[in-house]
This record gives sequence, C-alpha cells and structure tokens, in this order.
Amino acid sequence: MQTRRSLLNWFLGTSAGAMCASVLYPVLRYLVPPDIPEAQTSRTVACREGELKANEGKIFAFGGRAALVIRGEDGEYKALSATCTHLNCTVQYRSDVKQIWCACHNGFYDVNGRNVSGPPPRPLDAYRVNVVNGEVVVSKS
Amino acid sequence: MMTHPRVVAAWNWLEARIGISELVAMGRHKQVPLHKHSVWYYMGGMTLFLFGVQVATGILLLLYYRPSSSEAFESVQFLMTRVPFGWLIRSIHSWSANLLVFVLFLHMFSAFFLKAYRKPRELTWLTGVALMALMMTFGFSGYLLPWNTLAFFATQVGTEVAGRLPVVGEFALRLLRGGDQVTGGTLTRFYGIHVAILPAITTVILGAHLLLVQRHGMSVPPSVEADVAKAGKPLRSYPFLPSFLLRDAIGWCAAVGVLAGLAALSPWELGEKADPFASAPAGIRPEWYFGWMFQSLKMLPAHILGFEGEVLGILAISAAGLVWFVVPFLDREPKPGNKVSTAFVIGGWLAIVYMAVATAMVYWPERG
Repeated sequence: MQTRRSLLNWFLGTSAGAMCASVLYPVLRYLVPPDIPEAQTSRTVACREGELKANEGKIFAFGGRAALVIRGEDGEYKALSATCTHLNCTVQYRSDVKQIWCACHNGFYDVNGRNVSGPPPRPLDAYRVNVVNGEVVVSKS
Repeated sequence: MMTHPRVVAAWNWLEARIGISELVAMGRHKQVPLHKHSVWYYMGGMTLFLFGVQVATGILLLLYYRPSSSEAFESVQFLMTRVPFGWLIRSIHSWSANLLVFVLFLHMFSAFFLKAYRKPRELTWLTGVALMALMMTFGFSGYLLPWNTLAFFATQVGTEVAGRLPVVGEFALRLLRGGDQVTGGTLTRFYGIHVAILPAITTVILGAHLLLVQRHGMSVPPSVEADVAKAGKPLRSYPFLPSFLLRDAIGWCAAVGVLAGLAALSPWELGEKADPFASAPAGIRPEWYFGWMFQSLKMLPAHILGFEGEVLGILAISAAGLVWFVVPFLDREPKPGNKVSTAFVIGGWLAIVYMAVATAMVYWPERG
C-alpha cells in the first residue's frame, strides 16, 4: 500500500515539476532579449569644416554610440569616444579648462583622451580624423 | 514530505506569523454541495485561472510592447519573430482572452439558469455582470494594441457605435478616441485603459465578488433544494480543501494544455500595419463576442418609425444589458413553478439562441 502511494506521489511530483518547468523555461528565455547586432559603422561625418571654432567640441553619433570631435586651439581636429571609461556616462568638452569632463563623477581627460584626474580608469578611445571636401570625417583605425 | 525537519521548521515559522493552519482549517471546513449541476461550480474557478493567465502573460508582453502608432506594430512584430517564445506568450494571451470570455459566459449563464442570483446573492450577480462588462472592455481595448488594419477598423466602428448614443454620444466618442478620429492618441489611450485603468477597477470588483462568494458559499439551485426537501435527506457535499480545489486544479492543468496546443497549432496572427488613410478591407468584423451586437446593428434598416435604426438598436442593446444587470430584482420569487421565474428562464434561452444565430451570421459567407 505504502509502495503504491509512494509511486503515485512520485508521478504526481514529477508531473507537477515537469509542468512548472514547461511554463518557466519559455518565460525565462522570453525575459532575456535577443541579441541585436549593432550597425557596424566605421566611418561617419562628424561636422562640416568650419562648424566648430577653435577650442570647441561637439558630440555626434558614431554607429550606435556617442563620440566627441574637438577642434583644438591650433585648429587641429581630434575625435574620441564620448563614453566615459568609468561608468559609461557621456563626456563633454570644456573650453574653460581645455579638457574633456565627465559630469557624472567629475572625471577629467586631456584633449588626447588621456585620463588625468578623477575616477576614470582608462583613456578614451581615439578615432582617426580626415577633412574631406569640407567635411570632418571620422573613422575607426 | 511534511515530516522533513526543515519543512516543519519553515511551516512553523510561517504559522507563527500568518496562521496558515487557520486558513487551511477554513478551507477544509468550507463545504461544496454535490448534486447533478455541480459541474457548473468549476466555471468560476476556471474564469479566475484564465484571468491569472492574462495578468501573467500581459505583464510579460509589456516588457517588449511600445504603445505608439509608429512603434506598436513593429514591437509586436519583433516580439513574434525575434524574441524567444514571444509568439507563444502573445498567442497564449490572445487565445486565453477568448477562452476567458467563453468560460465567463458559461459561468454567467449557468448562474442565471440555476438562479444563483436570488437572495442573498444579488450583489454577487451585480459584481459578476460588472466583471463581464470589464472583461469585454479588456477585449475591446486590447484588440487595438497591435495596431493592425483589422484592429484599427474594428476600433473605428466600435467607438462610432458609442458615438451614436443620444445626448452623451459625442462626448463618449471623443473621450474614447482621445480626439475626433482613431489615431495614435487613441492607441495610447487604449493602452492606458487596458493596462492600468481596467486592472485597477477589476481588482476591486473581483475582490468584492470573491469575498461575497466566500461569505455566502455556493448557491444550491431551487430545483435541487426541492428534490432534497422531497427526499428528506440532507444534501451531499464535500470539502473545498482539498477535494474541490484539486478538481479545479485538474481543470486548470487541462486549460494550460489547451492553450499551449492552440498557441502552437494556430499562433495568433499579426496582420498588416494599420494605415489610417487606407480603405477598410473586406471582412472587417469584431471579436466573436461582440459579433451578435455587430450583426444586430447590421440587420437593422436605416430608419424605423422616423428614428435612426442604429440608434434604436444601440438603445435596445443597452436596455437588454440593463435588464440583465438587474435580474435579481425583477425575478423576485425564483422557485420552480413560478410563472415570472419561468419566463426569465425562457427569456434566457431565447437570448442564447439569438446571440448564437446572430454570431453565426457574422461568420456566414456573404452572398454576392
């Protein structure tokens, strides 16, 4: 009698377990979003030549991320990733201190993207800049 | 299993804080009558279970859905084609909505024919009919959310019906549409109604309905009461816990199986994206549970005795709904043999036959 009851309990338990698993598995898979490959952009126009004055910067979209183009006092263009290496905030160029600044945790980088003070652990990624037909073209090297 | 020391310890911990044994004792004490119509007692539990499925799958759908006319269709398309098991979750949500309305109708009509609305259960009936109206509004508002052609025109027609009501029509139309036309604004509005306003109202009314069912217990039909009185023996019954609940649970497991089968064999279609400036395609019709109303309005002539046919039709349907709502106060002596009570039973059957025929006509291929 005991054996029959245990067998029934075993069937009931495993059936209930299988049912829960068959509901939970799709739900858990559903909760994780599918991977969407980012558009691979290796080249984009950051701004028109002359749009930026000396000692000025501008954020532009590079692929799916923000990037920063700076025109130095010497008139040279520099382009860098605008994503702070600390906690992914978007940085900005500050003309007053001639440095790149992250407002979130007061991190500073120099115009070449080197982390100079505050919490950023690494330099910003640098991109190649060419001026072509009056356009400032940024590309990944 | 209950003898494992850790399980016992966990049970005791909970027992000291929330008194589970009292709830269990209440469930064991509660008796469910056993007679030839007992099968209808399962319909309420089944409706509640399917509502639970709607809440769970609805919450999951919210994770990917975007309520704007430019993104709604695409987000559902993404969900159906790219998200793992997205097609399953959406199909279960749609199929379960239809099954829910079907089972709710069985529950309501069985309560009607078994006279479960008689004293002291009038409020249980009123809250039940209100829940039916809420579920149908859930269906109507949810239908638009994928922003496909069929839903767009069904909403245009459905809201226009409200707009034809005398006096309040124009106000109701603008209130529902969030403007004069069905636009992205209507979609956002229907989304808010579907996922916030209706759930909030339903929680209160469903809570009241369940509390009343718990307070009064299951209603025994007058015919069974008469049989029991004649036989002179007490009515058989069995405990709610575990006997009734386990039988309920078997039904719920079967419902999960049916839903999974329907979703797998016939995933819910998405159709084409709505274009507000396109012509309505042939075969536009609402969900089947609105079919009888849709067909009734279609069959009416343009003018009846100088009045607009559609306005009279809408008023007649509203009046029928009102009579249905206040049935407990009209059928005052629901006993076997009472003429008024019998008339209500006949009226109920006529209503079912009319609704079934009118619904069938919606799906009947049109001539010409």
